Amino acid sequence: MCSSDIQVDLIIPTKTKYLDLIGSIGERIGKDLETFTGDREALAYHLNLVLTEATINAIKHANYDNPEDTVRIVIQIQENAVIIKVYDHGQGFDLESVPLPDFEHLKENGMGLFFIKSLMDSVTYTRQNGCNVLEIIKYLK
Amino acid sequence: MKLNLEKLNGYSVLFIQVERIDAHNSGDLKEYILDMIEQGEVNIIVQLERVRFIDSSGLGALLSGYKNTAARSGKLALSNLQPQVLSMFELTRLNRVFEIYADLDEAFASES
Repeated sequence: MCSSDIQVDLIIPTKTKYLDLIGSIGERIGKDLETFTGDREALAYHLNLVLTEATINAIKHANYDNPEDTVRIVIQIQENAVIIKVYDHGQGFDLESVPLPDFEHLKENGMGLFFIKSLMDSVTYTRQNGCNVLEIIKYLK
Repeated sequence: MKLNLEKLNGYSVLFIQVERIDAHNSGDLKEYILDMIEQGEVNIIVQLERVRFIDSSGLGALLSGYKNTAARSGKLALSNLQPQVLSMFELTRLNRVFEIYADLDEAFASES
């Protein structure tokens, strides 16, 4: 993959069966990032995981009253960073108020955002033009 | 989710036959394990050799099985984890919760 910017723009129904597709695209992008000098296999897994977790998060926060609701996922590949934006139409939540998992008494859920925050370099969740946007940046140091 | 269950050395060994465990199929895995426990199978080894990818909901399904076997004086152990899958257990420190074996022989030997 050359270093010029690439953008992948996906819109999926709010159904979990599409998680594999979205994650697999991230994994393939990670494997092909020639500018990344670190462990590309690990990066590929991490992009798969982060896209999977961010997408299920958006599906969970989606508008259940509307079966036609969709989640939009944009992946931008720049020379020095991969930028992921996941848009949902739900009520939103406060990213800062989501606690870290209690590692001594782990619960069965609540690890998804922890993975995103731990494996990526920047995570924000903001409201833009009537949508919530989870923006995730991984720098390719 | 495609699963095979075998009785080996007194254990219920659950072979996961898919490459990916995520929020689309982790609910099936969780229910399958809870059904096993309800039927009295409380010494379980989950063999993960084929699994290339697990997300937080997959970890949650296994943790649910672990807690429910422990509550019945049994246990749920794991074997044959691929390196990237193992790294998810390490990141969440679940490697300190589960007994994790390189393969089934090691799992059986640990009990003999």
